[in-house]
This record gives sequence, C-alpha cells and structure tokens, in this order.
Amino acid sequence: MTDLRVMRDDLLPPPPTERRHLVSVADLSRDDIERLLGTARNFSRSLEREMKKLPTLRGRLVINVFYESSTRTSSSFELAAKRLSADTMSIKASGSAVDKGESLKDTALTLGAYDPDVIVIRHPQIGAAHFVARVTNAHVVNAGDGKHQHPTQALLDLYTLQEEFGRLDGLHVAIVGDVLHSRVARSLIQALDRVGARVTLVGPPTLLPRGVEAMGCETSTDIDTIGAADVVYVLRMQQERMQEGANYVPSLREYTARWGVTPERLRAGQKVMHPGPMNRGVEIDPRVADASDALIESQVRAGLVTRMAVLYDLLTTGPVGVKAAQLTEVA
Amino acid sequence: MLYSKAEPGENLIVRGARVLDPRAKVDAVVDVRVDGGMIAEIGSRLDPNSHRVVEAEGLTLAPAFVDPHVHLRTPGREDEETIASGTQAAAAGGYCAMLAMPNTDPIVDSAAVLGSLIETAAAEGEIPVGFFAAITKGQDGAELTEMAELADSGAVGFSDDGRPVTAPGLMRRALQYGAVTDRPLAVHCEEPTLSRSGQMHEGAVSAELGFTGYPSVAESLMVERDLSLAAYESRPVHLLHLSARESVEAVRAARAAGVRATAEVTPHHLCLTDEAVRSLDSNLKMNPPLRSTDDRAALVEGLRDGTIQAIATDHAPHARHEKEVPFEAAPFGVTGLETAFASLYTHLVESGLVKLELLLERMSAGPALVFGLPVPRIAAGEPANLVLLDTRAGWRVQADGFRSRSANSWLLGQRLTGKVRMTVAAGRTVFES
Repeated sequence: MTDLRVMRDDLLPPPPTERRHLVSVADLSRDDIERLLGTARNFSRSLEREMKKLPTLRGRLVINVFYESSTRTSSSFELAAKRLSADTMSIKASGSAVDKGESLKDTALTLGAYDPDVIVIRHPQIGAAHFVARVTNAHVVNAGDGKHQHPTQALLDLYTLQEEFGRLDGLHVAIVGDVLHSRVARSLIQALDRVGARVTLVGPPTLLPRGVEAMGCETSTDIDTIGAADVVYVLRMQQERMQEGANYVPSLREYTARWGVTPERLRAGQKVMHPGPMNRGVEIDPRVADASDALIESQVRAGLVTRMAVLYDLLTTGPVGVKAAQLTEVA
Repeated sequence: MLYSKAEPGENLIVRGARVLDPRAKVDAVVDVRVDGGMIAEIGSRLDPNSHRVVEAEGLTLAPAFVDPHVHLRTPGREDEETIASGTQAAAAGGYCAMLAMPNTDPIVDSAAVLGSLIETAAAEGEIPVGFFAAITKGQDGAELTEMAELADSGAVGFSDDGRPVTAPGLMRRALQYGAVTDRPLAVHCEEPTLSRSGQMHEGAVSAELGFTGYPSVAESLMVERDLSLAAYESRPVHLLHLSARESVEAVRAARAAGVRATAEVTPHHLCLTDEAVRSLDSNLKMNPPLRSTDDRAALVEGLRDGTIQAIATDHAPHARHEKEVPFEAAPFGVTGLETAFASLYTHLVESGLVKLELLLERMSAGPALVFGLPVPRIAAGEPANLVLLDTRAGWRVQADGFRSRSANSWLLGQRLTGKVRMTVAAGRTVFES
C-alpha cells in the first residue's frame, strides 16, 4: 500500500517563533541541557559569596502565575528572579480575577500588558503554557501543565545527579510509582534519554502508560528491579489525580505493600530522589526519606540555581563567567 | 425529508468542463444544459439560447456532494451556526444536500422541535437539509423517542450522535421498534467506561504528552456490539465516524456475513494521525480522536474497498472563545464543510492513495444511498445537483474566509489544492467563486 507518511510534512507544528520559551523538555537538545546545567553550576558558586545578589537581570520583570498550589516551585522561581535582581510579581489563581471566571487568555493578555520579560506558569491543564506562549509576547516558562511537563524539575534533577555522580551518561535511574499521572516522570524520562542515561519505570501495570516505551525507557511491574539501578526516583502517589472509582490500585495499603520504597528493597548506598511533596509511609518509607543516601534536600537546593539558569538563559545572549556558549534556541 | 428555500430552477449551460460522474460512467469533455433546474441535455457545442453560460474549460463537473453528518447548532447555539450560515458553508463546499444531527439545545426529540427546524430550513436553507431526530429522549439513553411520529414529521433518520446508546437492551429496542419507521439508525460508537476523560488516542503520543487516552477499543467494542445486535434483529445500522482499524475490520466482516451495516469516515481521520496532536492545537481535538498511522491506513483501505460508503465532515462549529483555551479544556469538534473536498483531494488524491472518481463517489452517491436520498447524477432528466471543481487551484485556509459562523478548522494556515468554483443545488446556483 502507498506510504501514508507522505503527508507528514504538513503535520509539523508551525515553526517556533523567535522568542524562546521553556515549555517542554522535548524542545531541548543535549547541548541546551548541558549549557543550562553549566550556567546553574556557576550560579551555585556565586551563591556561596556573602553578597548573593547578582545584578544580571536588573530592570527585567518576571511574573509567576500559579493556578495550582505549590511550595517549592513557586518559591524557588521567585527567589531565583530576586537573586538575579529582576522585579517579580506572583499571582495565585485564588483571590485573582480567575475566581471571577476570567479566561486564561484574558489573564495572559492582562499580565502581558505590563510587558513582562518572563511569565512562569503552572496550570492544571495540558497545553496551558503552550497556549500562553502563543497569546503573549513574554518568554514563557512552564512550571507544570497538568500531566504533561515540568521541565525545570527535570533540569534540577539532572543537576542533582550530575553533582552527585559527576556524570549523567550511562547512569541507570529507576522511576517508581504513578507514572501515568506524573508530569515529573514524563519530563525526566525525556531529559535522561537526551543525556544518555538509562531509565526503568517501575509500578503497577495500571499506572504505566500504554506506549510509554517509545520515549526511550524500559518498564517493569516488579519492585525488585530497582535493585539494579544507580538511583531510585520515587514519584508521589498523586491521590488528588485519582478519579473516584477508577481502580488504578485496589487500595493505598496494597500499593505500599507492593511498590513502596523501603530500606529492605534498596541496596546499601543506593541513592534515592523524590520531587516532593512526599507522602511518607505511602510511596516512600520514612527511614528512606531521612537516610543520608536520600538526595531530596539537594534537589530543593538545585531548584534555585537551575531556575536562575533558565531565567538567565532565556533573557541574555551571553553567559556569566565561563565559556561563551553559543546562543542556541532553547525552544 | 430534505428542506430548503423554494425558488425556481435556473437555465444555464456549463461549457467545456470534464464531466465526471463515476456512477453513470461518464467521463468526457462535454457541455451540460440545465433548463428550469433540470438537466436537459449533455453534448458537444450545445446552443446556449438565452441561458447563462458558465465557461468551464479545464474544470471538472461532478455530481454535487452529500454530507450525512453535520452539526448546525440550531436551536440553542446560533452564535456558532445557523441553518442559513451552515447551508451557505455547505454550498461553498460543493454540497447539494446535508443531514443535521439532533444534539442541539433543546434536543430534537419531539415533533415540535423538528417542525420548527423544518420551517426554518424552508425559509433560509440555501441547500436542501434533512434532520435527524434523537433515538432517546434528551439523548439520555433511557427512553425511546416517539420514533413513528418523528418519522411522519419528516425526520430523515435517528441518532444520539455525540453519545452512544449505552445500554445494549435499549439499543436492541431501538433497532426493533425503529423498523416501523423505515428510517436508518445512525450510531455513535463509544464505550464510555473505556473512553472516560480521554482527550486523544491512547498510544505513544498520549503517553508522552500526558493526556488520558481514549483507546481504539472504546470504539470497536461498541461497533462490534451494535453489529451483533443489528445481525440478531436483521436490521440495518449506520456507524458514524469510524476511526479505528478494528472497527473497519468488524464492519467488513459483518457485511460479508450479510449484515446491512454501512459506515462513514471524516476527512480529518483520513488525512491526519495522532502525531498532529503534538502541536497541542485545540483545533485537533475531536471525538473520536485522531488515531495511529495504522488506523488511518485501515480507514483509507475501507474507503477504497467499499466497507466505508460515505465521507462525512462531522462539521462541528465551536465559538472562538471556547476553542481558545488549553487543549485539555477545549470542547471536541472541528469544522469541515468548506474544506472537505480540498483536504481530501490534497491528502488522498494528489498523494496517490485514492482516485478522484472514488473520492467523488464517496462524497455524493455513497452517502445518498445510505440514507435513501436521491442520488445526484449528471444525466438528462435529473435535477441539477452539480459541483464545478478546479483541481489545479491552490489556496490557503484562513480563519476569515469561512461562510460558517465558526472557524475551528483543523486546516487553518494550510495550503490545499482543489477549489469549488460553483455549486448547483436543486437546480439553483448556490455558490460561485
């Protein structure tokens, strides 16, 4: 039969506009990722100084718009902008015009009227960051859109791994839990694939998306497979995303018994990560969370410098300090 | 069963076109003369008399199209489409007849609502339009509508389109009782506990984008159920907008076993796959969703071998502000009346997947026969239902170029080949460009 791919060219999304955004890890090349991690490392040195504020983004405006609750992502974006001397505004959906039924388009246009340089957005619906990028002139950073993407989380996780292991290429990461509902997992699988790491997804069959192997990972329903990994990345059991009666797992009790990450299921010295917030005693045993092999606090610290690097990368053409990286498109 | 403005037929001569009527096995460069809206003569160098002459050298004259599945949004959402705007859009798309679905507000489930639609169509319908009535009251899937009265009042068929008739017992009753009306049942096949919250086809693309998947088995399971019931009751059934390989295979097998099953497919399912959803454009969100390359190949094959008899646009207008939202928040549905021929000519005929003759048949005689409507033909003595096509003209689809009140097209910005130059419906020129 005639090749049906014949019209694939017509299906490609319109070419990206000149303005750079960070909407999805899928838009990043390996060079982009390495450049961003390098910039983050430089910022981590500058944060060791007594005077932690850099003048780099003075006069720039960064608006954070959060339609979902968040502690670490919203606070670290705000602090990242402040450490770079940018002006910041943070808007939460509750208490704003969103409560009065304002559409995302109108909120974006309203905020866009202040000529922000960057809009950081978190929203419960897939495609929200992409949508805002289309209707405003700001650089858009996706801080989480539904179950789709959370690219800065993936970058900070890579940064944490790089700092811990000194390399990313060839690392083996087991991602455990509710992959189906996890934007963190989707972003991280793509990011790890880009830098040459190996990924195994482990969880109940109902929470591993059909077709996910095409992203460049293996899957297993057997918790014992985590033993072979260098790092065990534990996903939050997203109870708020579990529809009533959906029967993904019969009970949390059974989930914990079968897939909870406990000291007994880990090798000595095996590193553990978690994007937070944790459900201690559900997906992660408190003894694991508090052990010295857990990199969870390093992840939070990495969040600040990584987000500084993202803001910096989007808004400047030359790097601070080190090698003059060529300006490649981020997105 | 079809209603439109009553206006006298025209006198005209279409001169020098390639006249192509696959069913009548006509393919020749000849003139066609229309007297008072009826095709009077086909031949070379016809005498124009005082007829209006349409010079059509280099163009193709074919039987006009029939769309068995559109949403006219009237009553209830006249901001999205009216009978006037929807039939004008259809005229611009080359159609001489169309059938409208009953999922309006209120739903077309009583003779009163149907009667008011027929009255409006008779006053403002640019081309003949027929109306489906609902299978169940309020399309709630609980109680049958008064099917006999609705048929007597002019319903062209019955459908709960947009929703399945979920309970198998009720679907069986609809098939049994529907026999007294002699009108077809057109069913939307979706098993709701499998499609629940699904935003796009379940597969590698949904896994990557994070969307809840709407698996192909949610359709094919219901297709198989309805084919089994139709076989058991020895009743015909029409399956709306097929999207999955398994559905096509089930229909093929049932037809081979003697079940009187017919099926339709949309231009977007014939042209696109779920890969297109990566753009997160809300104009690529529809129910059933765009499926895999393999599913698309099966639909094309089904169209070719006659398992699928009809191309239906499932023209589903939506207000601009309702589609200008993140993909996940957008309603299902895209428009298609004004782009159907060009999109299919570009993606199927130009790429060599389907012959022009087959495309014309599946857009005209195919759907007409499924619903027992008069088959548009180019022959002396037939009413003039003609479309004049320019298969060399390229054009770009633009949001401000539609006659429809809505512009939620999956083709915005795309360049297509094939343009409708003129449409004659029921003996009257309803579109010219």
